[in-house]
Amino acid sequence: MSQDLLFLTGVNILMAWSVYIILLSGSLSFANGGFMALGAYAAGVLTVKWGMNFYAALALAGIGTGLVGALLAYPALRTRGVYLILVTVGLSFIIQTLIQNTDYVGGVRGMTGMMGTTNWHVWGLIAIVGVGLFWLSRSHLQRQLDAVREDERVAASLGIDVVYLKVVCFAVGAGLAAIAGGLYSHYMVFINPDHFNIFVSIYVVLYVVLGGVNNFIGPVIGASVMTLLPELVRGLQSYRPLIFGVVIIVLLLVRPNGLLSFRLRTLGAHKEGGA
Amino acid sequence: MSEPQLVVTDLHVAYGPIKALRGVTLHANEGQTVAVLGANGSGKTTLLRAISNMLARSQGSVRINGADTAGVPAHRLVREGLLHVPEGRGTIGRLSVRENLRLAYDLRPTRQSFEAALELVFARFPRMSERLGQLAGSLSGGEQQMLTLARAIVNRPRLLLVDEPSLGLSPVMVDEAFAVLREFQTSGMTILIVEQNVRKTLSFAHEGYILRQGQIVASGSGAELLRDPAILSHYLGAS
Repeated sequence: MSQDLLFLTGVNILMAWSVYIILLSGSLSFANGGFMALGAYAAGVLTVKWGMNFYAALALAGIGTGLVGALLAYPALRTRGVYLILVTVGLSFIIQTLIQNTDYVGGVRGMTGMMGTTNWHVWGLIAIVGVGLFWLSRSHLQRQLDAVREDERVAASLGIDVVYLKVVCFAVGAGLAAIAGGLYSHYMVFINPDHFNIFVSIYVVLYVVLGGVNNFIGPVIGASVMTLLPELVRGLQSYRPLIFGVVIIVLLLVRPNGLLSFRLRTLGAHKEGGA
Repeated sequence: MSEPQLVVTDLHVAYGPIKALRGVTLHANEGQTVAVLGANGSGKTTLLRAISNMLARSQGSVRINGADTAGVPAHRLVREGLLHVPEGRGTIGRLSVRENLRLAYDLRPTRQSFEAALELVFARFPRMSERLGQLAGSLSGGEQQMLTLARAIVNRPRLLLVDEPSLGLSPVMVDEAFAVLREFQTSGMTILIVEQNVRKTLSFAHEGYILRQGQIVASGSGAELLRDPAILSHYLGAS
């Protein structure tokens, strides 16, 4: 596999996890392409224009975007279901338009000069986040998140701080998307706002939905398959979106809960009862 | 004399232009069982939700253990010892029975271990031990109702709000549910119960209130209300 393809797969896995983390609390976000753009540009400005260290820039872009995410989440999460989806779609457009009109980062012409990302960075981060998600999937927190995702009212009646969990998930997801964006821009050297259009957000959500929403491995499978599959049919370049679309429809018909639909058991829930 | 554990004063709740509660006043002393009876749509569920702060009130006050609960988030009230057992399926279907119980335990850990709390649940509901690893969503309606009550065993609230525990249960299961509530009562728990099953509820409640179109129209001890034929007509909604 080529370096570039390996890199792209890695970034898409991180992006899929960023959507998955937000989905843990029951919100489906179509804004993660936007958060990715914020991170890509923020980290780029910090390293190229301010001369900041690459790692510090990534961290700062992640934390900053996470805070922006939390700020946006408060009003956005007052909406539910399909309305929340529309709000996040709107966010995606707003972020893209804002960047297009900011001359400081080159507007529609884009920005260049970022470098430093290697596949080690991307896959190292995947390892770290993967361990974190594995730990989470076995923790008490996972149970609370499952309760929130299934029924917010019942969750609140059990003493779970629903709003807090939803905002935290949104912020962490936004932050992770931003770091993925920072890694992306410092690999690609050149970025423009078009790299982060609404289709990026849509594709990332599809990785998660097709891979499976009930465990953290599903998004990895979804992102990998959907990134690598089109490469297999390279000769049919112009038919790529068509094939992509057909795969989505077939998968949703055959495995509506995603390729991997099982849920991992949380700790303290292992001992089986009688039967 | 100290204030009753739960004091509701002139409580108003509105869903937009519709006024669901119009000035409800009631109280429950510590260790008392108080029943609120009323027909469908009289505001019973709304009353419980307003007390547990799942719904915002438009007027009036709710005081628990002497403190006004205005602005206290619902989840914090739970941690301080209020448990609201919602109507119907108050369970998380994608979690196993054990996980559902663990959830209730973690959010208000008591001195006893989780395993010890589980034993108490099994003593009361032997069937729960067979269902422990099963997803809550795959239980029958009656078993799910059991599970919501079992959560109260694990959670050990000081004030328990129960919304229609007999809803959709077979007569045998209804008896079982009330037997559990009686045990809670004996252990000194304060219970506010909302029900349609008048006879069963009033025969074990200390105090009863009749709610009609968002207002309290009658109150008295359980035995008094049971003897009063007028309450039946109120209850059935005849004017």
